[in-house]
Amino acid sequence: MTTLITPTNESSSGPWGVKRLQAKFRDFGIVFGLLAIVLGLSVSTTTFLTPGNLINLVDQATVVGLLAVGATLCIISGVFDLSATATLAVSAITGIWISQTFGFAAGFIGAIVAGVLLGTITGLIIVSTKINSFIGTLAISIIYRGLAIVLTAGAIVSPPAEIAESFRFFAERGPFGLTWASILFGVTVVVLGLMLSQTTYGRRIYAVGGNAEAARLSGIRTGAVRVGVFAISGACSALAGLVLISRAGSAQPGMATGLELTAIAAVVIGGTSIMGGQGAVWRAFVGVMILTVIANGFNLLQWDTTYQQVVTGALILIAIAADSLFFKKRNS
Amino acid sequence: MSHTELIAQHGSPSAPQIEVRGVSKVYGPTTVLDDVNLTISPGEIHAILGENGAGKSTLLKVIGGAITATSGSLLLDGEPVTLGSPRDAIRHGITLISQELAVIPQRSVMENVMLGRWSHRAGFAHLAADRVRFDDLLDRTGFTLDPDATVGELPLGIQQQVEILKALARGARVLCMDEPTAALNDVEKELLLRVVREIADRGTTIIIVSHFLEEVLGLADRVTVLRDGKLIETNEASAYTPASIVSLMVGREVDPIDQPPAEVSPLAQTVVDVERLETRHVHDISFALREGEIVGLAGLVGSGRSDVLLGLLGAEPRRAGTIRIRGAEVKENSVSSAIASGMALVPESRKDQALLLGRSVTENVALGTLAQRSFGGWVRRRVERAEVSRVSADVDLRGVGPDTLTVDLSGGNQQKALFARWLLHPPALLMVDEPTRGVDVAAKARIHSLIRDLAARGTAVLVVSSELDEVIRLSHRVLVMRHGRIVDEFDRSARPSDILTSAFTK
Ligand SMILES: Nc1ncnc2c1ncn2[C@@H]1O[C@H](COP(=O)(O)OP(=O)(O)OP(=O)(O)O)[C@@H](O)[C@H]1O
Ligand SMILES: [Mg+2]
Repeated sequence: MTTLITPTNESSSGPWGVKRLQAKFRDFGIVFGLLAIVLGLSVSTTTFLTPGNLINLVDQATVVGLLAVGATLCIISGVFDLSATATLAVSAITGIWISQTFGFAAGFIGAIVAGVLLGTITGLIIVSTKINSFIGTLAISIIYRGLAIVLTAGAIVSPPAEIAESFRFFAERGPFGLTWASILFGVTVVVLGLMLSQTTYGRRIYAVGGNAEAARLSGIRTGAVRVGVFAISGACSALAGLVLISRAGSAQPGMATGLELTAIAAVVIGGTSIMGGQGAVWRAFVGVMILTVIANGFNLLQWDTTYQQVVTGALILIAIAADSLFFKKRNS
Repeated sequence: MSHTELIAQHGSPSAPQIEVRGVSKVYGPTTVLDDVNLTISPGEIHAILGENGAGKSTLLKVIGGAITATSGSLLLDGEPVTLGSPRDAIRHGITLISQELAVIPQRSVMENVMLGRWSHRAGFAHLAADRVRFDDLLDRTGFTLDPDATVGELPLGIQQQVEILKALARGARVLCMDEPTAALNDVEKELLLRVVREIADRGTTIIIVSHFLEEVLGLADRVTVLRDGKLIETNEASAYTPASIVSLMVGREVDPIDQPPAEVSPLAQTVVDVERLETRHVHDISFALREGEIVGLAGLVGSGRSDVLLGLLGAEPRRAGTIRIRGAEVKENSVSSAIASGMALVPESRKDQALLLGRSVTENVALGTLAQRSFGGWVRRRVERAEVSRVSADVDLRGVGPDTLTVDLSGGNQQKALFARWLLHPPALLMVDEPTRGVDVAAKARIHSLIRDLAARGTAVLVVSSELDEVIRLSHRVLVMRHGRIVDEFDRSARPSDILTSAFTK
């Protein structure tokens, strides 16, 4: 059967749309996974499906969620950013430090600017030296953590008492009883999701991660695309840092250590390809929700939480195996 | 002891008779192979021919165990077998050599040939034993290969021999070769065909897919023609002429008349002016192209033809020299500025240098000119779809929808999609490197006429092709390269032999 390419492809998928259905299942299988867990918990507990628990659930997902959104962009463009939470710490500390002299607004904006700057620096270092991003950002994260210790002399820093309340903003309730942190997370997912799927910059991100040489020979500035991605990841880290300040009322050099790996795990569980060039922002959202709901489930069912780690690890393995199986099948 | 080892050690048990019985392969709504019945006798060279997307590669993959048929069966010497993987097939003496070679470029010829079958003593490599086996293979094939050469540094034609030896070292009695000559120049091609004939004469069965009808008719014992997944005919090769094969492939009479390129108007302005361009691989390159002019670069592999294109595009750092496009100097040494100033390249290797295999056809075609169809950074998807479908029709992209993943396209259709990329927004200077690699006869004529049409509308075109014939037919002028320099210039009335002589000896 030879069909000429047509603007509407409905006809080419046959009367039953089998191919499209299969493709949909492949694309959205992970969503069914999340729904299955949600359904299971709704049936087996009385406490899961309560507004309070659900609102709590989303709130718990925000910090890793914001990091995972940044990580998604990085991974799709073919790089890892292990410096994400070190950037988070430095920008949170910088924000508080600025607020001590110039007030809340300046501190808030300062934190985000710091995140973007640090992300840009990370990106410039990785792109210009062409070192492997995994090792490179690992080294950079150690430097940033060191910087955080220098800035604070190793101590916990807090905003001055008179503006401490302003910093708690993200922990407060907004529409539908959701915390403002949850809303921030939602807005970030939507904005960056649209950016990735609808803009030319998004297309370039996929191209650079899918085949850097092809992207380059098509006239895409691959280095600039990746620096941009690191900068966005830095901004996401800073936002996550502000959410953490709103909860703890303070920041410290060691904050959020290790969460960058949880974020990458969430990205992978959501179905974004670890090999680059493939994935979506909504997948990070689904991945993070799966991790959070599982944690919540263990809690509600009063299961031994040590097994939670086993489950999480197994999920990551399954996700990666599915990903590489997909590629193997495609390339055979 | 496994079957393979038996074969490998005892030299040459005869190749099995292969019977493909009622094989069909279905992907979603598309039937790619439709009830194919075929018997291939031991030691014959069997050619499988057909248009792009006819199902040739798919049939080869079924025989080579890379994919399993949806229905039907495969019999070896009358025994039904299930080949679940290439490993299974190798165990039965069948090896699939795909066009993208599976060599390890950094390692030596011998290591590649013996890959995974190294001789050892108590776990330690036993090089001397490997050497004996290697020499034995050379004896059996009549190849002359330096076992210590690094594979990546060898010309493609020789790498192909390495791959053949590797297959034979694994006890292959049947070689399935998918377009083995597509990436070779004329000299290498001839050598490979000789080699194939040689090993077939010594009892190895060869199943070969190729779009070069003349050469394949000269080589093969029997020929099978596929069309839209159906087996149209199997017969002695001597029963056909290239023209009769083409009409079987296409299902109607075609006349393959190739128009000459349109005259360049005397008023045509200079599009590109290159002066003393110097990169790592090419030296003192100077030439100019006018609007509508098609110029071919001829030369041996490694003579620097592709490097000239990469140098112009800024993909290879420019060490000296100036490039002007329509009078304006291209100052910055980067691909993006070259493209912004009006150049574009269809590169040599679609898989490595051009396509995002995991993304849709639409995204791939749109990739080169994203900014042309965007509004404030937003992709205008409707416009994109409409324009991509227009150029896809222009290149006759078949069997796909706009959302089909590029990996799922047949090789020839991938090449067409690549070509479509720059039709969306024709550049001032289009550089094409092996523009028709892996495309069928009809599609080749189509791409040639697209190149001529583009030129007629004012684009200057620079063509590199290993098929000298193609270069001469397409171009107004041919520049001959040797050792990174332009050494000669011919016009289109030149005889191929003169150009070849110049490429070899000047
Ligand atoms: N995994 C797949 N999913 C869907 N369709 C596929 C897949 N693999 C191949 N096809 C389709 O099957 C058809 C036959 O493909 P095949 O690669 O066998 O063609 P071919 O005869 O080798 O063509 P060419 O000369 O261009 O290499 C094509 O239309 C292709 O798009
Ligand atoms: Mg093919």
